[in-house]
Amino acid sequence: MSEATPILEFRDINTHYGAVHILKDVNLAIYPGELVCLLGGNASGKSTTLKTLLGMVTPTTGDVVLDGEVVNRQPTSYRVERGITMVPENRRLFKRLSVLENLQLGAYLRNDKDGIESDLERIYSMFPRVKERLNQRAGTLSGGEQQMVAMGRALMAKPRVLLMDEPSMGLAPSLVQTNFELIQQIHQEGIAIFMVEQNANMALSIADRGWVLQTGRVVLDDSAEALLANPDLRKSYLGEVGGP
Amino acid sequence: MTTAVRVKGAGRTNVDRFLTLLRVFLIGLIVVGLLAFIWQQIDPGNPFARWTHDGEPANRLTADQFQGLIVTGLSQGAMYGLIALGYSMVYGVLGFINFAHGEVFMVGAFTGFIMANKLDEAGYWEGGAFIPAVLFTVLICTLVATLTAVVMERVAYRPLRGSPRLIPLITSIGVSFFIQNAVILLFGPGAKSYPSNPDWLGEKRTFLQLEGTKILVIVVAAISMAGLWYFVERTKTGKAMRAVAEDKEIASLMGINVDRTIVTTFAVGGAMAGIAGILWGLLFRSVIATTGFLPGIKAFTAAVVGGVGNLGGAMAGGVSLGSAEALAPLVLLEPLGVDGVSQLRDAVAFTLLILVLLVKPTGLFGERLSAEDRA
Repeated sequence: MSEATPILEFRDINTHYGAVHILKDVNLAIYPGELVCLLGGNASGKSTTLKTLLGMVTPTTGDVVLDGEVVNRQPTSYRVERGITMVPENRRLFKRLSVLENLQLGAYLRNDKDGIESDLERIYSMFPRVKERLNQRAGTLSGGEQQMVAMGRALMAKPRVLLMDEPSMGLAPSLVQTNFELIQQIHQEGIAIFMVEQNANMALSIADRGWVLQTGRVVLDDSAEALLANPDLRKSYLGEVGGP
Repeated sequence: MTTAVRVKGAGRTNVDRFLTLLRVFLIGLIVVGLLAFIWQQIDPGNPFARWTHDGEPANRLTADQFQGLIVTGLSQGAMYGLIALGYSMVYGVLGFINFAHGEVFMVGAFTGFIMANKLDEAGYWEGGAFIPAVLFTVLICTLVATLTAVVMERVAYRPLRGSPRLIPLITSIGVSFFIQNAVILLFGPGAKSYPSNPDWLGEKRTFLQLEGTKILVIVVAAISMAGLWYFVERTKTGKAMRAVAEDKEIASLMGINVDRTIVTTFAVGGAMAGIAGILWGLLFRSVIATTGFLPGIKAFTAAVVGGVGNLGGAMAGGVSLGSAEALAPLVLLEPLGVDGVSQLRDAVAFTLLILVLLVKPTGLFGERLSAEDRA
């Protein structure tokens, strides 16, 4: 165990959907300022992990720990207030609301008007394209612009940990590259990032550490370099990604 | 894209042919009716009018009558619009039609009846302070109707959250019967009368010669709608409401309390219905336990006409429905020689519903739902 307390921790988490056992004795820890990724194929339990972190799924056994506090029974809003936010898969913007309203909703739990204003400015300088489209409906934006708004919306909550669900999903390859650069940029501001990805090569190239999840169990837990070099992972997992 | 591309003539069933026939018939009726009306206004003794009226010349509508119809239509339509907002908002957030919403309106009208009579006994109604008394009554009606709607959500709908949409829909019909019968139990089955409005209110005033009561109804409805618009479009809670309507999971990810937002939606819808209730009382001065049924169904129609889930559409739908109801019998049907046109208001309202569903099923201002929204 290192000296710092993890911001977010899973202790022996088990979850079930009805009779189906999804996560099996999962242990994870995310420390302040880290960029970590969770890799895994379809139905490996990646989304359930995120939902359990956010409180949309309650674990059957085990504890979700936030800054040393067990939050198993706390609602999503409680966890958001304490600094966890997610950029959901496929962005999931409020399509009928304007871009500005989407960003403002990201700061829904905040009451510091000046802070919100200055964070809006910060997001405009990060994504100048977003500023041009503030009053447009979010649904009319292109995929890349929507990704920017989704990230901006998450940043408006002033997160300490940003969860990213499949950030490369549904984007053109050129945008995937930009997207990963954005993730690094956010990371450099000191925000811890927990990224769930199928694109293992890309994710590991920017991450510090990674876990590999297989049918609900963590099968590998190592530094990103070690994972990239791991022959098992290369064969069974990275090989698949290079395929169809 | 799952929309089936239909080749003209191929794959058309008899039902399709029947629906096309119905569309042509209804639109034809409107066109012919309007032309006949215009011709009758120019020359009441024209051959078509004589043919439809058994050889007699038709009655020309005077400007005063016409204006009267429009004002009646607008004031009724404003009430339909106010009620329709509640249907539309609940549909937007929970995706089902709350058929008990008409009962919330009736509860508002009943509260108005009780308040108005109490204030009248105390000498405030017909006597000096009519306007403050009405405003106070509006306030109380709003509170009681809001409370009714909130309790309804808590008791009848929240336990059913997550069940198929048909289940809360059927429950809402049950809730509707429950409230109606509870009111009969409390106040008896007979019609209850509001005290008379002061004479000066009934006078025709302003250069347009409008009846004071109707002006009052239109003004109060307009202010309420403007307030609601401001609430939904400009406040944080309103934004949360729209976010919940679009995607509950992501809304809760923003930290929005989805349950509380749903309660707020019911509360605001109930408040609008309560205001409509007291306005109804002022206009028709009588209320009975089943008062909520027909205006409720008509407001539902208005919500569909405007496009369910669209608030501007609900208001516009209400006003269009009210106006159509008031105008169509004399402007479209009478020139065609239909007898007893003033009895046909309800028929007009529901024909309009059918017409809108046939021609533009998403409503006048409705958006096409994407496949994922429909799921």
